[in-house]
Amino acid sequence: MSMPVDMSTTLGNAWFPTPIFTASGCASSGKELAQFFPLNSIGAVVTKSVMTKPRHGRPTPRMAETASGMLNSIGLQGPGIESFLANDVPWLLGQKARVIVSIAGETVEEYATLARKLRSISGISAVEVNISCPNVENRGLVFACDSDASRRVIDGVRKTIGGEIPIIAKLSPDVTDLPAIARGVVEAGADALALINTVLGMVISSDSMKPQLAGKTGGLSGPAIKPIAVRAIYQVHAALPKIPILGMGGVATGRDAFELILAGASGVSVGTASFGNPTALIDIQNELRELLAAKGFVTMQAAIGYAHREETL
Amino acid sequence: MTVASNKRVGAYHQIILSVGDIVKNCRPGNFVAIKVGADSSRMILRRAFAISRTSESAQYGGTMELIVAPHGAGSRWLCSQAEGSEIDIVTPLGTSFGIPTQAINALLIGGGYGSAPLFGLADLLKSRGCKVDMLLGASVGSKIYAPMEGKRSVNSLKIYTEDGSMGETGRVTQNLLDIVRDRNIDVIYSCGPMAMLAAITEIVAETDVVHQCAVEESMACGIGICMTCVLPVKNEDGVTSMVRSCIDGPVMDGSHVRWDLVGKLPEVAP
Repeated sequence: MSMPVDMSTTLGNAWFPTPIFTASGCASSGKELAQFFPLNSIGAVVTKSVMTKPRHGRPTPRMAETASGMLNSIGLQGPGIESFLANDVPWLLGQKARVIVSIAGETVEEYATLARKLRSISGISAVEVNISCPNVENRGLVFACDSDASRRVIDGVRKTIGGEIPIIAKLSPDVTDLPAIARGVVEAGADALALINTVLGMVISSDSMKPQLAGKTGGLSGPAIKPIAVRAIYQVHAALPKIPILGMGGVATGRDAFELILAGASGVSVGTASFGNPTALIDIQNELRELLAAKGFVTMQAAIGYAHREETL
Repeated sequence: MTVASNKRVGAYHQIILSVGDIVKNCRPGNFVAIKVGADSSRMILRRAFAISRTSESAQYGGTMELIVAPHGAGSRWLCSQAEGSEIDIVTPLGTSFGIPTQAINALLIGGGYGSAPLFGLADLLKSRGCKVDMLLGASVGSKIYAPMEGKRSVNSLKIYTEDGSMGETGRVTQNLLDIVRDRNIDVIYSCGPMAMLAAITEIVAETDVVHQCAVEESMACGIGICMTCVLPVKNEDGVTSMVRSCIDGPVMDGSHVRWDLVGKLPEVAP
């Protein structure tokens, strides 16, 4: 019998027993998925991006299914940071889940304020700085589409919370030079990168002959975007091989997670797959473990970025 | 889970699934989320269907009945599944209709195949000694779902079609206030298009009638994690927020839903 694969991983100074995480915005704050599996059995719960104030989000329709994917336009509906830290985080920590808090702001200052609030409670594994949500009123507010704006946000967060918990910058694939944006946020103090956020898309209804979503555009997710995720992770890992990447985008099977790891991801978030299969994270984690063993890997970490290497196993 | 039978009934398919002991947890109003297409399907989201009724027998074990209109690619796939096909389901999901502890006068109102969950509800209300009247409406007669055995569980059944091809010409809401008064209705249970649910709420707004409605909003996950199926709903303090119809619904108090704001946002910031 072969040795069980060591699935553990790290993002900056944070350690996780497995590389399979929820994806921000696809697990709410964990309670709903806890009906289907214990939250401490996965790497971490990445919570839905939270802002300083409670928010209604966008009007409905907020969803359109597409071929092998879906568009969403939620618009960061949420309880606000105070309620989130008072209720959701303590509940998650009580479940012995590892927690990565995702934050989103409309201004550079709002991100710094959110990061400051996170310092008030202990037990959070890392902060994901979502600078790439496509569902904001003003597309000019997508910080991750602009190198200077991205740097300023990460710089503000670093000054507040840097060195305490890892800062993960979540980037958009909707840019011309992703490695340049990535390099900028790393120079500004990001310890890790989350790749990729959804891809901006649109569906026009042939009945109404108008955009199907109330917000007109939405973020495309699901298996349709997996090749974009693989490309983005591969490009950024090639440019910044020492920076850990939390990979995501269309992962629905253990094989998909393996592909992102081979491209350079240290961890893999599962998002839209949970909508169709509430136990997707557990299924993917088991499939990945078996696949790594079948390929002869003793540790998951040995597979990170394997696709870039000259050697063969 | 296995398809025990699949029959065409008018414009719909009556699909019975063998689901075993799950039926013990299913209540009228709950729904089921079904994976559509084969494993390599390009349809990645489950489709939500109201559970029409459940039953348990020694021969078939627990079974669940669904009434499906083959409109989209997902429902067409489900309607094409032959007896014996394996189906991947997540159920029971969502809230259920509140069942009174006393024998009350109930009026059940269904629009189109929205009548499906009302027959299982009628059985239960009847068993509690309630008087059960039913109004069903649709655009045309072929879209009325009213099975023979279902008619036995109601004291009266009135059918309306917009083209007059079955029952009375018109809509279920046209004489509603008179019906509510004449029959001393205590509770209305409704299921159907949002416009019908909104109209019923408005008609009974000035009465003491409780209106429990099962809403229909498109959803991606059915388990509360995607935030796509939200509706503007006000709480006890009168504050409106965007509430998930999959876990805080589908059955809601009609008077709490801000029908005027569906597709819009609440005026006041949360």
